[in-house]
Amino acid sequence: MPNSSLNNNPINMLHQLKRYFRASSRLLNTIEVFIDGNSIQVPPTFTIMQACHKAGVNVPHFCFHDRMAISGNCRMCLVEVERIMKPIASCAYPVSPGMRVKTQSEMVYNARGGVMEFLLANHPLDCPICDQGGECDLQDQSVVYGYKQGRFLEYKRAVEDKDYGPLVTTIMTRCIHCTRCIKFSEEIAGMPVLGTTGRGRETEVGTYIGRLMTSELSGNLVDLCPVGALTNGPYAFTARPWELRIINSFDVLDPMTPAIVVNTRGPEVMRVLPRIHDEINEEWIHDRSRHAFDGLKQQRINACLVKTQDGFKEIDWEQAINMAAEKLNQVSGDEVVGVIGEHMDLEAIVAFRDFMYRLGCENIEARRHGIQVSADFRANYLMNSKITGVDESDLVLVVGTNLRTQHPVLNARIRRCVTQNDLKVAVIGPSESLGYDYKHIGNSAKTLKEILDGTHPFAKKLEKAKLPMLILDSSLLKREDGEAIMALVQELGNKYKLVNPEANWNGISILNSSVGNIGALELGITSKHIPGFKPKIVYLLGADNFRPEEIPEDAFVIYQGTHGDEGAYRANLILPGAAYTEKSGTYVNIDGRVVMGRLATSPPGQGRSDWEILRALSEVMGHTLPYDDLQEIRYRIAELAPHLVKYDYVEPYNQTEWITKAKKGDVVESVFADQVDNFYMIDAISRASPVMAKCSAAFNHLKNSNFVPEFPNR
Amino acid sequence: MLYRVIRRTLSATLSTHRQTAYNNQDTPFDFTEANYKEVDSILAKYPPQYKRSAMINLLYLAQKQCNGWVPLAAMNKISKILEVSEMDVYEVASFFTMFNREPVGKYHLQVCGTTPCMVRGAREIIKTIENECHILKNQTSKDGLFTLTEVECLGACVNAPMIQVNGEEVYEDLTPETMKNLLDMWKAGKEPNVGPQNGRKNSEGPMGRTCLKCEPQAAQFRDFAKVKEDYANKKAEEAKKAEAKKAEEAKKAQEKK
Repeated sequence: MPNSSLNNNPINMLHQLKRYFRASSRLLNTIEVFIDGNSIQVPPTFTIMQACHKAGVNVPHFCFHDRMAISGNCRMCLVEVERIMKPIASCAYPVSPGMRVKTQSEMVYNARGGVMEFLLANHPLDCPICDQGGECDLQDQSVVYGYKQGRFLEYKRAVEDKDYGPLVTTIMTRCIHCTRCIKFSEEIAGMPVLGTTGRGRETEVGTYIGRLMTSELSGNLVDLCPVGALTNGPYAFTARPWELRIINSFDVLDPMTPAIVVNTRGPEVMRVLPRIHDEINEEWIHDRSRHAFDGLKQQRINACLVKTQDGFKEIDWEQAINMAAEKLNQVSGDEVVGVIGEHMDLEAIVAFRDFMYRLGCENIEARRHGIQVSADFRANYLMNSKITGVDESDLVLVVGTNLRTQHPVLNARIRRCVTQNDLKVAVIGPSESLGYDYKHIGNSAKTLKEILDGTHPFAKKLEKAKLPMLILDSSLLKREDGEAIMALVQELGNKYKLVNPEANWNGISILNSSVGNIGALELGITSKHIPGFKPKIVYLLGADNFRPEEIPEDAFVIYQGTHGDEGAYRANLILPGAAYTEKSGTYVNIDGRVVMGRLATSPPGQGRSDWEILRALSEVMGHTLPYDDLQEIRYRIAELAPHLVKYDYVEPYNQTEWITKAKKGDVVESVFADQVDNFYMIDAISRASPVMAKCSAAFNHLKNSNFVPEFPNR
Repeated sequence: MLYRVIRRTLSATLSTHRQTAYNNQDTPFDFTEANYKEVDSILAKYPPQYKRSAMINLLYLAQKQCNGWVPLAAMNKISKILEVSEMDVYEVASFFTMFNREPVGKYHLQVCGTTPCMVRGAREIIKTIENECHILKNQTSKDGLFTLTEVECLGACVNAPMIQVNGEEVYEDLTPETMKNLLDMWKAGKEPNVGPQNGRKNSEGPMGRTCLKCEPQAAQFRDFAKVKEDYANKKAEEAKKAEAKKAEEAKKAQEKK
């Protein structure tokens, strides 16, 4: 039960106490083992390797990985156990009381040396031209366990390279058959296309039929591979790990904001890697998060531009700011509209909000095409069960989204729970292959109504579930009947245990599509919807995903952003902003977790942080914003919303009560369509990325599988 | 020399699939009606949740149906029947050398090349086949009749050297002459007799049947009555000795007093 300590009901507390004792008796039941002579208490479910790690002893390994099944085939983790004749693969051997493990004995060194000799027998000596060089497990461990001289005088084997697509380059001769990639594709990506074929010397890891690795998480194969067999395709031969600067940051291309490491060399982002964050992304990121950053080097706006009759003309900042100020001064605040883009940080949003309010403008829009639900309470637009709620839930109903293309990392978490926790999944909406078994129960809001009536067979399951979840895509709330759908879902929540105040559980989770959207809602920015309203000036703050007809043809458009995309195409005046790796900014993810993205490189050309541009513009216009540096603007954020300066933390909120109830209305029974038609290109950055273009070309035609794979008996 | 090294270094069959006109994902394959009955009887041997245990049997059935090889389409079909991923079937089919993933000749000659057969002249047998059919190891003759492979022990070392044909019939006690004779018969469309080719019956020794000729002797039983008597006698003797000893000790004690 989440946050059960918040619950003050005495009967519940008694239950919790009981539960605590039940759970702790199992936990406290530890046994004593000796690692290199040191006594340590571990639970009896531990393996020797886990016990060694707990004792602070490093055990070398290749095939073992925390988040995947144990295969025990690399044999590198051999240890000696007293009174057992042979060395033991510690990753696959459970501890027993009083076991005495030696990890540094001569026998262990000899055993591991033998294993290493066999691994190196067929491993090419091409470290100087291998991309893994410097961060290679085999390289590191052969320093300790490798013999000085090889005794293998035969011909080394050569294995033909496989084609996994543009993201993963393969040099299969280097493969040591640890099978981590196979386990990943099977267990985490849910796409069992990899395997070992052949036997003995001819064993090869691959797809056998030469198909591509079409998973949205395929980039993680590179991180998993302990040697240089699977390497990062776009990064090939560009940098060595020791040249790179490491910046711990968060990704904003995915509204889950997975924790990432941005590796830079000089002024250039070289690559993006995932970082472990158990409450967000575990340790996976999807391919867009990982590879779309090269869009930051293409199509960039690096100078102020103004549209003239002969196309865009470059001007300097002073001219640009003056022109913007002049235009904005000519009209009254009512005639201006501000649009906030998908990747905007809270600092820029706050500055934009303050600036627009000072102009007398209240038409600020962040919600693409207008979300129909109020932003007054967080429960209305956040993932109320949290991402970690998936681990506790026993039934998930996904409504109106294809999780595999919209939230692949969340989908991987659900997949893990399906296989490990026996989680049941049902889907209303697009029924694509998600990588696990689910039940497709409908296509439209009609099914939701039926569940509410109790006429649908799924209603019984929902009734029985203890902590059910309903994942609702925010795109549904942007429909004209969005509020009615929300009302329907709220009713569902109250009828079934989706909202369960006793367990402090709200299973109704709304998946927002962008951090800019959530950030604006967190700061209470919603617009009045005035049908037929035609603004004279439109200020696009990094907004690219809009329909052209939303902006009147005679309006003066100021685009402040990074890429020459839709927004810049329509703009009359362009101000160069900074992308997410080029500014220090805070973001709010679908959980309501505030994360801090850190500056990795400086913006190209004349680009500036977005809030700085707004601050400068406000000064020229005579409405100076009262903050001069990052610290002061964060004080301003704290003034507006104190919970937005608690980093990497989800402020608890009243999630089990609908304070604002959505208005009931007629629900249109049209089909919930898939919102992402091309996973690789959904925003300005990924549209500018050459790697993503290659991926679209290579993978998309293979993904046109609008059916659930089935296994007919005949 | 180099040629030999290369032949030894290169694998006999590829571990990966090659897309060809006769073998690709779109090649039609389905079990025949009769074989579907077989499939059902095979599946009935395993619990429904462990259907995948039937994989090797089904692959073998498919190989039989397709004249000695398993097309990719057959593996895909089997993956559907067993409700496993296609890759699982590929792994099994490519692991076992008795599944041919490329077409073979009408007679797939598997010559045993392990030590006893080699000592008894397996190399000459291989050479005979190579010369007679104009093929090398792992090749199929132009007329599509013969494929030659060298395999490991086929388990009839007493009848070495031997060959196995199509994974079923075995021809033993071969000499280059008898091997040539066999090949000629197959070429002529005749079926030679299965088993030893030197007139020997099964694996009889050179002197014919020597053992197991007389009536078997009855098993010898222990005489339990006697054993029991012996045991009782022994016990009684021990008891007597103990009594005598006791009496002596008692006597000594009295004397001391």
